Parts: sequence; C-alpha cells; structure tokens
Amino acid sequence: MKVVLRNPRREVEVAGNRRVKDVLRDLDILPETVLVIRGDDLVTPDHVLREDDVIELRPVMSGGAI
Amino acid sequence: MKCRKCGAAAALELRRHNAAFCAPDFLDFFRNQVREAIRRHKMFARGERVLVAVSGGKDSLALWDVLLDEGYDTTGLYLDLGIFDYSVESKAKCEAFAARRGATLLVSRVADEVGAPVPVIKQVTRRPPCSGCGLSKRYLMNRVALDHGMDVVATGHNLDDEAATLFGSVMHWQTEALPRQSPALPSTHPKLVRRVKPLYRLSEREAAAYAFLRRIDYIVEECPFAHGATSIAHKEILNRMEEASPGAKHNFLFGFLEKARPVFERAAGVVLQECARCGQVTTGTVCAFCKLADQVKRAAGGAAPER
Repeated sequence: MKVVLRNPRREVEVAGNRRVKDVLRDLDILPETVLVIRGDDLVTPDHVLREDDVIELRPVMSGGAI
Repeated sequence: MKCRKCGAAAALELRRHNAAFCAPDFLDFFRNQVREAIRRHKMFARGERVLVAVSGGKDSLALWDVLLDEGYDTTGLYLDLGIFDYSVESKAKCEAFAARRGATLLVSRVADEVGAPVPVIKQVTRRPPCSGCGLSKRYLMNRVALDHGMDVVATGHNLDDEAATLFGSVMHWQTEALPRQSPALPSTHPKLVRRVKPLYRLSEREAAAYAFLRRIDYIVEECPFAHGATSIAHKEILNRMEEASPGAKHNFLFGFLEKARPVFERAAGVVLQECARCGQVTTGTVCAFCKLADQVKRAAGGAAPER
C-alpha cells in the first residue's frame, strides 16, 4: 500500500495486508499524533489495509505560540 | 471496531474515553463537549457578541464551525502575522471559510500594529519567534475586541495545548502563570475582555477529526517558525505518556484545574493598570506590547512603522 506522510509531504510503500496499528508502529508514529485517512473516511487502528490501499497519515500537532 | 452509540463501523477510537464512534456520532460527541465547556464555565450566553480568533488551522475553524451551528453571534478575527506563504495561505483559508458560512471576518495586520511582521520581530528581539508572536496576538485580540464592542474572545486552544502549556509552567515552576491558565478568564478590568477556550475538553486529534469530517479546508502545514518550539517538544512528551497511559493528558490538566489552580489563584494578587502609552491593561507602567513596538522601531533606526 501507499502511505502518504505530511510536513514534509512524502510517500512510502508498505507491503502486504496490514492493520493500521501495525503500519503506525512500523513507521514509529504514535496513533495520538495522526489522523488515518483513506479516501473520504477515517479508519481505526484495527482496520486491515489492503495491498492496493492509499492512506494519508495527517499530523494533528500544531504548536509555537499557543 | 464499532461505534459505541449505534454499533456501525467506527471512524475514530478515543482511548481515553474507552470508546469509538462512527462519523455522525463523533460529531455529536464533539459538539456536546463544546456545549459542556461553555455551560460549565459560563463562557458566554446567547445574545453576547463572541470574537472568534481564527488562524486557518483545524482548531479555530472547528470552533467557529460549532459556534455558528449553535447559533451564537460570532465574528472571526484573523491576525496576519506576515509569515511568508504560511500567512498568505492561512488567511485565504479563513476568508474562504467565512465566505462559505456567510460569516464576518475581521483582519488585522501585525506589521501595521507593531511596526514589523513576525519574522522581523524575531530578528529584532532575538527571542524565540513564538514569544513576540504570542504577545502580539494576545494584545491585538483584546484590543480588536474592545474596538468592536465584543463581549468575549474565544480561541481554539485544545486539551493538548493546555496540557503542554501547563507542563511548561510546572517544569519551570512559573507559579505566576498558573492562576492565569484557565478555560475561562474573566474580565478583571474594564479594558480586559473575557477570554475563553471552548475546545479545552477536546484533544488535538479530535479537533482535526472534526475538521476533516466536516470537510473544513484548513491549513495542515505547520508554521515555519514552530519547528523546534518548546511547546511541540512538550506535546511529544505528553503524547508518549498518553500512549502508555490513555487519559494522562486529561488527568494532568483536569486535576490541575480542579485541585491545584484554586490554591495558586488564592496566592496571586496582581494589580492591573492602564499602560501609560497605549492605555491597554498591564501590570507595569508601559505594557509589553509597547515595549516590543519600541524595540522594533529602534532596530529600524527610528523610522515610522511599516504600513
């Protein structure tokens, strides 16, 4: 599957059918810090992604002068 | 994973609530948390004029979206910080949102008020950029609210923002900052407008999910000056704690608000007066904003502020 990361924008390929939580763990991303977006939907950590899926891991953290 | 309310496929898991929700039920949950924040802290009433400070990011636009749907009398305020393409894009997002919702958006340029945009303030003061930026934003929000007869200023600060600020204050035992950390700061002076944070019960990820599911076009890119900011480092630490112990951020902030803040509030005795130069509220003779503007002016060789 294709995983789109942001800030900066980049893409990585992940092989096989995998659960969202396993993909995040492999990429060393905490679930609390991203939205997992597939098309127009959000998917939960137990969701199994297929080889041909495209997902976006959109960071939710903002900061600076808060 | 199933929605706790309706049993349909869930869109979002909320570990700290030991729950998951489908999209419609999550949106209900989000709105209910905002309603609860407003009710619990008597943030504002119907008929009061609310100035919503918007940055083009997920939090402030999500907040404005909820308040508009709830029928509150809101006006948006975008502060143009002059941070290159980031400010151009974030302003466009705010204008597009306001146009789509038929809402009024005020725009104020920091460069007009301080004498220079944030990138120049950063160079002149040699302080972290977020320092002069935050100071300018707080000052201008209050002044614009006063100028337009607003009853209250609402900002998009979320649970993560508040927990990170508290963490920073505690790490340095900035006890003078602790009484000021509250979801609702009352007006303690005729020139100080009430300030409220209706998203303080909702996490950053929940605000992002709300904005995404409501198809709000917000700026995902980070402020170029935020990279390496202390607040972000603190958020990362807190998120690691949250991963190990869901609810850690909530317990840290809410425990403070319920148990510790009243103690620090009793101990604080701040006397507010009006700045000798601009007339806005300060604890000293000349306010920090006027001192910042002086610094900018001196660096420019005494030239008039850039307009």
